[in-house]
Amino acid sequence: MAERDSLAAIEAAALRSDRFRIERETDWKRLEKIVTQMEKGRLRKLSDEDVLALPVLYRTVASSLSIARETSLDAATLAYLEGLVQRAWFIVYGPRSSLGSWFRRFLGGGWSASVRAIWLDLLIALAVMVAGAVVGWLLVAGDPEWYHAVVPGQFADTRVPGASREALEATLFGKPEQAPLAAFSAYLFSNNAQVSILAFALGFAFGIPSLMLLVQNMATLGAMLWLFASRGLLVDFAGWLSVHGTTELFAILLAGGAGLHIGRSMAFPGDRPVLRAAAEAGRRSAQVMAGVVLMLVIAAMLEGYARQLIDDTAGRFAVGGFMLVFWLAYFFAFGSDKSERDAP
Amino acid sequence: MSARTPKRLRRGDRERVMVTPEGIALPFTLASRGTRAGALLLDLIFIMLLIVGTTVALIFLAGGTIGALARGDDPSPVGHALQFLFILWVAAMFLFRNAYFLFFELGPRGATPGKRLTGIRIAARDGGRLTAEMVIARNLLRDIELFMPLVFLASAGDGEGGPAGLAATAWFLIFALFPFFNRDRLRAGDVIAGSWVVEAPRRKLEAVMSVGKGAGKVSPETGAAYRFGEAELSIYGEYELQTLERVLRENRPEAIAAVHEAICRKIGWDPGEGDERAFLDAYYAQLRARLEAGMRMGQRKADKFG
Repeated sequence: MAERDSLAAIEAAALRSDRFRIERETDWKRLEKIVTQMEKGRLRKLSDEDVLALPVLYRTVASSLSIARETSLDAATLAYLEGLVQRAWFIVYGPRSSLGSWFRRFLGGGWSASVRAIWLDLLIALAVMVAGAVVGWLLVAGDPEWYHAVVPGQFADTRVPGASREALEATLFGKPEQAPLAAFSAYLFSNNAQVSILAFALGFAFGIPSLMLLVQNMATLGAMLWLFASRGLLVDFAGWLSVHGTTELFAILLAGGAGLHIGRSMAFPGDRPVLRAAAEAGRRSAQVMAGVVLMLVIAAMLEGYARQLIDDTAGRFAVGGFMLVFWLAYFFAFGSDKSERDAP
Repeated sequence: MSARTPKRLRRGDRERVMVTPEGIALPFTLASRGTRAGALLLDLIFIMLLIVGTTVALIFLAGGTIGALARGDDPSPVGHALQFLFILWVAAMFLFRNAYFLFFELGPRGATPGKRLTGIRIAARDGGRLTAEMVIARNLLRDIELFMPLVFLASAGDGEGGPAGLAATAWFLIFALFPFFNRDRLRAGDVIAGSWVVEAPRRKLEAVMSVGKGAGKVSPETGAAYRFGEAELSIYGEYELQTLERVLRENRPEAIAAVHEAICRKIGWDPGEGDERAFLDAYYAQLRARLEAGMRMGQRKADKFG
């Protein structure tokens, strides 16, 4: 019955191009229904036949579009087909991976591969960070008044030049009975993550501000190192810092390196167009940055919990050293054979 | 666009063509800057509502906990609960600021709620897949494009303005005006990610034109048969045909009457009254039949000047 109706409609249409349309519009409407469901994320509501039919229908409708372009002057139908093919194209060629499977791939080699890919920028950022710490140290060693300029107020509580060894030691040891500072570590994470996102994003200005941010942060560290060294507490301070610092400073290094990577590929795109160079670098760095946020979560947990629980320098060095070895092994040893084999 | 496409059908400098793997040229229209600004504003409003809503809800919960403390319960679990609420709040703020755009743009529609409402979405500039890395990259840059300078401006604004306020304004303007200084209207985040923002039209399939009442060459009302000759049909081209199509689809009586009169004058007929719709249906069907026949022969007539 329905078939006879549609046959009648085809015969009623005076124009060849309209007959073409009436013959095919069932497919078009079916594709539109499937695409609409998928756009709404209602994959479960779709039957298996519909999911299997999607690529076929997409090609059918795409070929309808190219025929209609050559034979039909019905502007509304052409616009409909263009919109439909566009939407179906986004579904068929859209992001294939869900967030979950992306995350698995990310942990299983994607992240470490991107970190290895920006090794040169990491070396530069490392050099800049070391230089920043040295500058901070030298500045304060030359004139302790610099300390207040270099170290922001939140760190300069009792930890100021002229403080006694006991006062400084008290900031490092002897709070094991304190409850874990969960709220504090959440705050630290949010703050650090925002700073590292900033370091990355500033790479857009050819990487210079990223490096300046690294220098500024490391100068603070250098100045505090000097302060504790001047009271003979350098090793203890380093241990106190290393619990979370190996992870956190590594993360900041990665963020700065990622920013620098973007800046460098925009300043020196080589034989690629600047926009393409920037886009390639941006995608690589984005993967590094997703990892940076993850590392900062771990660093904040170490800072809030582990540092309170371990009250001697050797133990702290053990934790910090283990984390450092872990990250180095993960980035530079894990999965490197595979990615090298995958590379053409 | 190939040279054969009628010039007047193009919609300006926002058109881009992408070739699908099937070899079909798929036209895209870049989203206008105004639309994007509107979408961003909507998203910021949504984020603001989320932030306010979460904060109020958590304060409400915290109020309940403090109430328990006032009743003299054991303070230690209450402290833990408060701490937990604070952690929730910090995490929620971080996610709203950084993950809102990420979450929605990674979805199948590639658009935040604001973008959906304004009918735009993001796409990969090279025509390839939109990947998670792209979405992450373009949204990390949002931090220096938008949030940082606004925070700066807010902190400098309540003072005397001065150089900090100026610097923040300059910073903000550089990124806000970025889309004005490149052809593809990219913002800084799009440059880094290799993405762009395109219109995502959702059109309905309109009715078939040539089954209309007058298309069968005989008017159902007057019984008059409209047949147009070669001379009468060769006046107009594709542009006029599609204008006529739009008028017929919109079906506004005054527009129909005006177009009816214009066509009659042009082809030298005496414009009668009462049967305009049937006349136009017939004229449309016959003009389209003629132009489409020409198309199949490889002869196209863009407009009445062609």
